[in-house]
Amino acid sequence: MSLVFAGICSHAPGITGRASMADPQLRDPLYAAYGRMRQELLASRPDALIVVAAEHFANFFMSNMPGFAIGMGERYEGPIEDPAWLGIGRTAVPGSARLAKQLIQEVMQTVDVAYAEEWKFDHGIMVPLHFLTPDYQVPIIPVNINCQGPPLAPLHRAWAFGEALRRAADSVSERIAIVGTGGISHWPSTPDSGRINEAWDRDLLGRWERNDKAALLSYSDTETYRDAGQGGFEIRTFICIAAAARGRGHVQHYAPIPIFAVGCTVGTMEIAA
Amino acid sequence: MSLYQLQKFLYELNRSPQVQEDYRGDRARALARYDLTDEERAALASGDIGLVYVLGANGQLLMHFAAFLGMPWPDYIQAMRDGVAKYGPVRAGIYAMTTGMDEKVAGV
Repeated sequence: MSLVFAGICSHAPGITGRASMADPQLRDPLYAAYGRMRQELLASRPDALIVVAAEHFANFFMSNMPGFAIGMGERYEGPIEDPAWLGIGRTAVPGSARLAKQLIQEVMQTVDVAYAEEWKFDHGIMVPLHFLTPDYQVPIIPVNINCQGPPLAPLHRAWAFGEALRRAADSVSERIAIVGTGGISHWPSTPDSGRINEAWDRDLLGRWERNDKAALLSYSDTETYRDAGQGGFEIRTFICIAAAARGRGHVQHYAPIPIFAVGCTVGTMEIAA
Repeated sequence: MSLYQLQKFLYELNRSPQVQEDYRGDRARALARYDLTDEERAALASGDIGLVYVLGANGQLLMHFAAFLGMPWPDYIQAMRDGVAKYGPVRAGIYAMTTGMDEKVAGV
């Protein structure tokens, strides 16, 4: 059918795992924003949800690291982390091998992508699903962009990957939703955890809302590392969504929450022809 | 330094119940499969989060090692600071410490 929904959101493990340590006045509006995104997502009646994630060595490691990967399993399991640590119970998540295969074949027309019939979901996918499809009723097509183990794919390749995913979504008969998950500026899992460059985040989100391709692709990894930390490399997922949706974005929620280690973001994007 | 091997152990520990069982049962034996320096081997065998951090482990791997060892989040963050204080700045990788020793940007 076509792409029917596009959005972005944060996925930091603290959002669920350290919920009790957060100020409710910061935490609860974030949860409410996820809830509104869930309603909008489900109102689009998706047959499948593509989650463009930046996984954290749950499946892919420097022994054989793909720049881009798409899951092709009938089902997945997550979280790989200790459920008590993450605050999300371990469960089976439905996939769709048939649909994934169709999408992969179309993506491969322009982007070389790895595929995986096994995939353990980490917090990068499980935290978004916890809020967006908590009953795990929508089949998931997991997608990964390597944002953890340099060298990383250049930003213009993340854009090309988003274009390929859009073309693939438009080529199948099913209704496809797509969500990109990542942090903006953050220095996760270090003594700096909680450091957030709010001005940099808001500038990036402005570029994303305008769907300004040139501005989105103008960052170098050296600049991103300096201004937005190693976590900033995950902007590739947001860039991918802008390329797929082509429309204007709407940041529904943005608030730095240090104990969650990130400027917590929820956004939707219009789907343009 | 064999940071790749150190991180490979952490990756496999996070993924594999068998590696977790091996490490719980006999740490030296579990680590024998990895081509580590003496310093890396000792750091992993003793669960010295601060030293593993300084050796350059990616935080996305390290935080799960700390959780596996039963370390609450604030203790994990402090262990890395203590590691930098004891062993010096992070020597490799992309997870260097950029805040001050007492900054505690998230309150922990």
